[in-house]
Amino acid sequence: MTLLEHRPTPTRPAGGTLIEQFEYGLDAPICLTWELTYACNLECAHCLSSSGRRDPRELTTEQCEAVIDELQRMQVFYVNIGGGEPTIRPDFWHLLQYAVDRRIGVKFSTNGVRLTPERAAQLASTDYVDVQISLDGATPEVNDYVRGPGSYATAITALENLQAAGFEDAKISVVCTRQNIGQLDEFKALADKYGATLRLTRLRPSGRGADVWDELRPLPEQQRELYDWLVAHGSDVLTGDSFFHLSAFGESLPGLNLCGAGRVVCLIDPIGDVYACPFAIHDNFLAGNVLTDDGFQNVWQRSELFADLRSPQTAGACTSCAFFDACRGGCMAAKFFTGLPLDGPDPECVQGYGETALAEDRPLPAPSQDHSRRVPTRNQPVMLQLRTRRPDSGAPVSACAVNPLAGFTP
Amino acid sequence: MPEMLDTPWALSPSVALRPEPFGALAYHFTNRQLTFLKRPQLVALIQELGNYADVRSALLGLSIPRGDWSTYVTALTRLAETDMICPRDTTEGSPA
Repeated sequence: MTLLEHRPTPTRPAGGTLIEQFEYGLDAPICLTWELTYACNLECAHCLSSSGRRDPRELTTEQCEAVIDELQRMQVFYVNIGGGEPTIRPDFWHLLQYAVDRRIGVKFSTNGVRLTPERAAQLASTDYVDVQISLDGATPEVNDYVRGPGSYATAITALENLQAAGFEDAKISVVCTRQNIGQLDEFKALADKYGATLRLTRLRPSGRGADVWDELRPLPEQQRELYDWLVAHGSDVLTGDSFFHLSAFGESLPGLNLCGAGRVVCLIDPIGDVYACPFAIHDNFLAGNVLTDDGFQNVWQRSELFADLRSPQTAGACTSCAFFDACRGGCMAAKFFTGLPLDGPDPECVQGYGETALAEDRPLPAPSQDHSRRVPTRNQPVMLQLRTRRPDSGAPVSACAVNPLAGFTP
Repeated sequence: MPEMLDTPWALSPSVALRPEPFGALAYHFTNRQLTFLKRPQLVALIQELGNYADVRSALLGLSIPRGDWSTYVTALTRLAETDMICPRDTTEGSPA
């Protein structure tokens, strides 16, 4: 990847809105996601990082400590740790403590597999730690359909352990899908039951999410239902500011209504590659590597890709849309992985321009990494197996079983 | 407003300030609130609060025009609501 010789210093307008300021980037990210490993005990159908198998090049404990030291120097206040399943890294608890000791807050996402009563007690006694339990259905049927058999029970056990240990305000993190939009009130009730806060995020067509996006993405009328629910619940519900494309319905949602990729957001992946955003793990959005490009700060401040993302963008096909100031064209990753131009409408544009764009011919980008398990385990969600053959296609037969002369041209 | 002007305040001990080209980010490690400070003068003011006997002398010390004081006090009041700044205890014999 290309790093610029000097740090670019764009002419930044004085004053103006925060959004205008953020578009020119910050000295350090606000929302830094760090995926510690591609290894995972689950095989969620919509995994945005196509996780499953550990990568042999993953950062060592010492290399991770060096990254944390650098984040401390840059005054990154907190880091969102994910994976894969981060807690199955043997040094996870050590790295957590290492960051907290340097006053870097840690929010980690987990499916709950290692949150035993002992670990829950340890977390309850540690400052600066937030825990996010992933749950994509308020019932086992809806959750396990995409996250795999037994994953609902694992998440609930983790929430019970945290509550019993006195850990306050865990987060229940939900990716909103066609199957679970109708369960928003049930999710909220679950969060209330465990003294937790509900966090809703958008399904992106990233990683394995690209394979199931058409089936899982909320229907247009569900987008409206979700928007109304979010407006009604305001800041009681966290969203990671991921639904700003819905702001084109009218009133803006709380939070940052802007694509933060490379400006206030970025991702460090398990091998130290730095991408513009956690939903954009693709060579096109690779800014550099913390090991080979002289550290994270150097990549953040001097990568050519990030300099591009921080320069004024054109609205493209959205220029004439009255709602552009509300949605700012939506999510870059959602556009990229559905083969839409980055300066056009979001595929889920609520004004309907996305559907029009999706109906046209569009080349889908090939994934540039895949750590999915090569051989499925018992944890694989059943939905993919059910869909390997269309129900109306009859028994699988070879062509010559139908006609012994199939393919024979005299 | 008079009450705040005449009392001693300081940046909360749980808050870290990070300078940015537009001003600063303030992060509160306990309540996890992130606040964006867009005016460099306001950043200077909250950094200096702890060095002055009260808010009034801090405003005077930083040569902030009297006509702008109410705006600054409003901003400080909002920061106090989320514990970004807190009343300073002066009973411990600090050399005020």
